[in-house]
Amino acid sequence: MTQTPQPSSRQVGRYAYDSVDRTFLKQRVDQFRDQVRRRLAGELSEDEFKPLRLMNGLYLQLHAYMLRVAIPYGILSASQMRTLAHIARKYDRDYGHFTTRQNIQFNWIKLEDTPEILDILADTEMHAIQTSGNCIRNVTSDQFAGAAQDEVLDPRVHAEILRQWSTLHPEFTFLPRKFKIAISGSMQDRVAARFHDIGLLARMGDNGRAVFEVYVGGGLGRTPVIGTLLTSELPEEDLIAYLEAVLRVYNEYGRRDNMYKARIKILVQALGAEGFREKVDAEFAAMDRARYHLPPEIVEAIRARFGAPVFDADAAQAEQALALRLKADPEFAAWVRTNTHPHKQKGYCSLTISCKPAGGIPGDVTSAQMDLLADLADRYSFGELRITHLQNVVLGHVRQDHLFELWQILQLNGLGTPNIGLITDIIACPGLDYCSLANARSIPIAQKLSARFADAGLQREIGSLRLNISGCINACGHHHAGHIGILGVDKRGEEAFQITLGGSSGDLPSIGQIIGSAMSEDETVDAIVRIIDTYLAQRAPGEHFIETCRRLGTAPFKDAAYAVA
Amino acid sequence: MPLLENGQIIEDTWQEAQDGQPLSPDSDILVPLSRLAEGLGRNTGGRLGVVLTPADKVEDLRAALPRLDMVCLTFTSFRDGRPFTQARALREHLGYKGSLRVQGHVIPDQYEFLLRCGADQVVAGTQSPVSVWLEAHKRFSIAYQPSVLDEKAEGFAFRKWLSPS
Repeated sequence: MTQTPQPSSRQVGRYAYDSVDRTFLKQRVDQFRDQVRRRLAGELSEDEFKPLRLMNGLYLQLHAYMLRVAIPYGILSASQMRTLAHIARKYDRDYGHFTTRQNIQFNWIKLEDTPEILDILADTEMHAIQTSGNCIRNVTSDQFAGAAQDEVLDPRVHAEILRQWSTLHPEFTFLPRKFKIAISGSMQDRVAARFHDIGLLARMGDNGRAVFEVYVGGGLGRTPVIGTLLTSELPEEDLIAYLEAVLRVYNEYGRRDNMYKARIKILVQALGAEGFREKVDAEFAAMDRARYHLPPEIVEAIRARFGAPVFDADAAQAEQALALRLKADPEFAAWVRTNTHPHKQKGYCSLTISCKPAGGIPGDVTSAQMDLLADLADRYSFGELRITHLQNVVLGHVRQDHLFELWQILQLNGLGTPNIGLITDIIACPGLDYCSLANARSIPIAQKLSARFADAGLQREIGSLRLNISGCINACGHHHAGHIGILGVDKRGEEAFQITLGGSSGDLPSIGQIIGSAMSEDETVDAIVRIIDTYLAQRAPGEHFIETCRRLGTAPFKDAAYAVA
Repeated sequence: MPLLENGQIIEDTWQEAQDGQPLSPDSDILVPLSRLAEGLGRNTGGRLGVVLTPADKVEDLRAALPRLDMVCLTFTSFRDGRPFTQARALREHLGYKGSLRVQGHVIPDQYEFLLRCGADQVVAGTQSPVSVWLEAHKRFSIAYQPSVLDEKAEGFAFRKWLSPS
């Protein structure tokens, strides 16, 4: 690699902590260390300790503790990525797992090591605060934030405001259930806004300040629901006040008698959209709004703490250089076509690095790969990385004439798979290999499907397709939102899989329909091959899988899936 | 059980009304919401407070609030966070300025949250030593959001100093 270092600050894309933020994090680590001590001394029962450790991201899974580290709105610096690699190497089994919540999980952590790990994370301005528990979780956002051509507003600034506001929120830390917020800065929804407890879609208002469409009560799990539009024009200055009002209504009226009916979606359904809106509006009207007012000065003060890239003035020629390469190398061209996203700066693009090699485990990355990704971020993307809710890694700002070099390096290290948005870009939860809730293993079937469709030409022929796998009804693998979804179930003590079709999480959200009874792992893989064959045979020219599915309905696919060979 | 007020142990001078017993004439007495009228009708010099359950609506106290010296919120489980919202509503919507006590299953880790939602007295359980409660009161020097206490701003955004800088 002969690249000259870019004039990058390590803080590009990130909110820079000051001494107060750092002090707070250390106090939080000290608090957790003391909580562990009190648990071991018997001052805290396991019942009392559990929500406290969960609010620090620590789960007790099937075989070991699992630590879920927050990656706020998916943004990481190269040095933070190196810290994650170090933790994987020293405290885990040399790898980490990127999740659909833009977090990273370590699966083999010892309880007694956890305070030390949190301390190491704090040294690099990271934490595991509220990555679990019945509180406001890590806020997620668009992996192309601050870079995408279609963006109207950088959602990271507001995501950071929400992160701070929700951190140890005194009123909303013991909610009926977990609470997930996603925010998008473009009207093209890349954050699945309508599948969150609150989804925010930002656009620019007439006065040059942001306004938000607010969706509430969406979610997957055992009761999948598409979020309700609560208000279409929330002014930026009321963002915090309005969310306080929504959360207060939820905290007061949300069900606590049955954990399966405790999410806000159930409350919204019970009250009806109008009934829920009335309660929120009444709360909003009654509250001391001045206290929660979000003035432009605060937004700008937070924005000022984000580093921005200084783009190369000569990058405009990068397009021509790339065009020559694309002509010369079709394999490279195919990778560029699937794995890059248009950037607002001429000569640049955002690059998605696939964490889903043929036959691999979706989202798993080794320590060595994490270190490599950090190095590549330093060389090619201003020292900044993003984790996507599709379990991949993005370099936000790559010069187009650097792509060829990057591709060569990635290919050598198992990270060059040209499958973003294609059938092997599978979302899969950890499943029964790790998770104590699961009914079936998600990883082996993901690996089999990934191997079965490994041929890059076939994948391109199939085209845009979202395949999501969950190991149980809790739907961490977002199977309901997959064009093709797979749900692991327990069938008389055996692992089995149901297929859903027609789900989508983007601008036309829909919930997949189950097409029939559950099958074994191998039968399911074969059924999906036949479903794909049916699509290829019946699609209209230029039609994507989801469009064919919407046009034909599930019947022909069901027939194919259950056809006996 | 120890009673804490703003990080200090204080003596508890209040009595809780006993089921089926008449209200003691002169003492400071806490009545359930169902006996509020009876308490208000007690024509003596003792002070009056009301004990709410998590399901009670604080709105029901609106008329009586100016005549109450104490509202006591009850945690049936520390995981049930409704009393936090009740406390905020009492202070913020109803402008209640009297004593706001919390009892039941609360843990020291919630102390700062309770204070920031407007509670000023906490009946501390006996599971954790009082020292843990006192440490919890000093644990953090910063918070990231506005609260009913209107703490001093730290500098930018919503950051607040929890203790004098």
